[in-house]
Amino acid sequence: MTAIDIQHIRKTYPSKPSPVMALDDISISVTKGELFGLIGPDGAGKTSLFRILTTVLLADSGVASVMGLDVIKDYQSVRKITGYMPGRFSLYQDLSVEENLHFFASIFNTTIKENYHLIKNIYVQLEAFKDRRAGQLSGGMKQKLALCCALIHRPEVLFLDEPTTGVDAVSRVEFWDMLKHLKQEGITIMVSTPYMDEASLCDQVALINKGSLLALDTPAAIRADYGEPLWAVKTSEMYKLLQDLRAYPVISTAYPFGEWHHITLSGNRKIDELKDYLLSRGHGKLELVEAEPGIEDVFMKKMK
Amino acid sequence: MSQSSTDIITADKLTKRFGDFIAVDAISFSVKQGEIFGFLGANGAGKTTAMRMLCGLSRPTSGKAMVAGFDVGSQSEKIKQNIGYMSQKFSLYEDLTVKENMKFFGGIYGMSRQRIKEKTREILEELQLIEHQDTLVKSLPLGWKQKLSFSVAIQHEPKLVFLDEPTGGVDPVTRREFWEMIYSAAHEGTTVFVTTHYMDEAEYCSRVCIMVDGRIEALDTPAGLRETHSAAGMNEVFLALARKAKRSE
Repeated sequence: MTAIDIQHIRKTYPSKPSPVMALDDISISVTKGELFGLIGPDGAGKTSLFRILTTVLLADSGVASVMGLDVIKDYQSVRKITGYMPGRFSLYQDLSVEENLHFFASIFNTTIKENYHLIKNIYVQLEAFKDRRAGQLSGGMKQKLALCCALIHRPEVLFLDEPTTGVDAVSRVEFWDMLKHLKQEGITIMVSTPYMDEASLCDQVALINKGSLLALDTPAAIRADYGEPLWAVKTSEMYKLLQDLRAYPVISTAYPFGEWHHITLSGNRKIDELKDYLLSRGHGKLELVEAEPGIEDVFMKKMK
Repeated sequence: MSQSSTDIITADKLTKRFGDFIAVDAISFSVKQGEIFGFLGANGAGKTTAMRMLCGLSRPTSGKAMVAGFDVGSQSEKIKQNIGYMSQKFSLYEDLTVKENMKFFGGIYGMSRQRIKEKTREILEELQLIEHQDTLVKSLPLGWKQKLSFSVAIQHEPKLVFLDEPTGGVDPVTRREFWEMIYSAAHEGTTVFVTTHYMDEAEYCSRVCIMVDGRIEALDTPAGLRETHSAAGMNEVFLALARKAKRSE
């Protein structure tokens, strides 16, 4: 069953000299129970899409539905079955942790007790601070409280807008563990992130940039779709290496990737020739191997 | 990279307390001129507090640090004049044009009008922004803003520049173009002190320092850290160290 159905959604914002195209004919379908990732940098259109799906923004054209309910016609029903954690902290700063949770439970006509099992793992980490005002919490704690508040009415579909942005690597791992747990509860999750490495934690992903869909598939299928040999090279002088690679005519692309530079060659060039060239440029400790393309490689290729 | 052995930062038991809480706990380290020095840590590990002390924005409770030849405790104004600073949150004035921003920051750093003119021209050419010099910064794409803001942070040619999560939110191509600007600045002798949440970026640094609970838990080259922790990448190293943290943020 389709949990989220997005058909030809278009959204522009007025701007001078020309309007900004936030979403350009986006169509995505998310199956019930799936953990779906929207992967892209700032300005990709991720937040606009979330706002349309959570019925707080109107698209210029196209249709969208959540669990079969139209986001315009049935907006009240959509709001009842969805949980939304916006990118910017949007809880009541002057209410305590417990008061915020209470508030969100009561506007959805439920109680903390009724769905406590859903948030238990997260809430225990907050319990010691339950009388503290939300505005006084640290970043990571705020994020956990926001997730609890988005979950307290046991939504069927959960929308999370960049929950891990600016969060350190350890907390990111913990957050994705929480999402896995919620998925096991049968909740459909759409989550956005600018971190390309998080794509592999999703069942399906959409790569999105400047309002356009670059790819839509499973992470494995997207990686397999790179379509040409990718090489990884390193030497003892990485900056010089990058400059030398750029100066070599048959190099098609050359980008730093952690401890390696990833490169593609134009035409049918032999990799041995490149090796000889680099050695002639005086590079020591040369290593040149074929690389598995990652999501980020694909993203960069499709951005062009 | 410069082989100069001159230290541009030396911290000796640098400490910051807030009441009973020890945010930065007697850290000692040094950074050499021309290095790209990566400063990592989990949220709440004390990174921001340490960086604020090094920039002359916060006085140490005890211990000492010299930055660009000046003492952070007693010569903080001198430090501010001799460093560059850029973060994703604070960079340029959105309601000023590209050119106005360069003029404004040049003036703040005491550059002569003539020098500002020359530098502005040089940077605009380099970034291919000449035709946008009268555009308001708020209407520039994020990637351009970040690159411009880095150039502005080093237009007075400081020996040392602090970059606080400079690449947050930008697309992967721009992120790499940004790092090439960092590489190039370091190549010319500017020391770069940088924080990031992208672990692949830690690999681009000459050396990486990882803070846990207010202390320096590791400090080495990326290759050295990978070897010590038998890790495949910096992400693994970071997770192994940061998970030792006892205090929550």
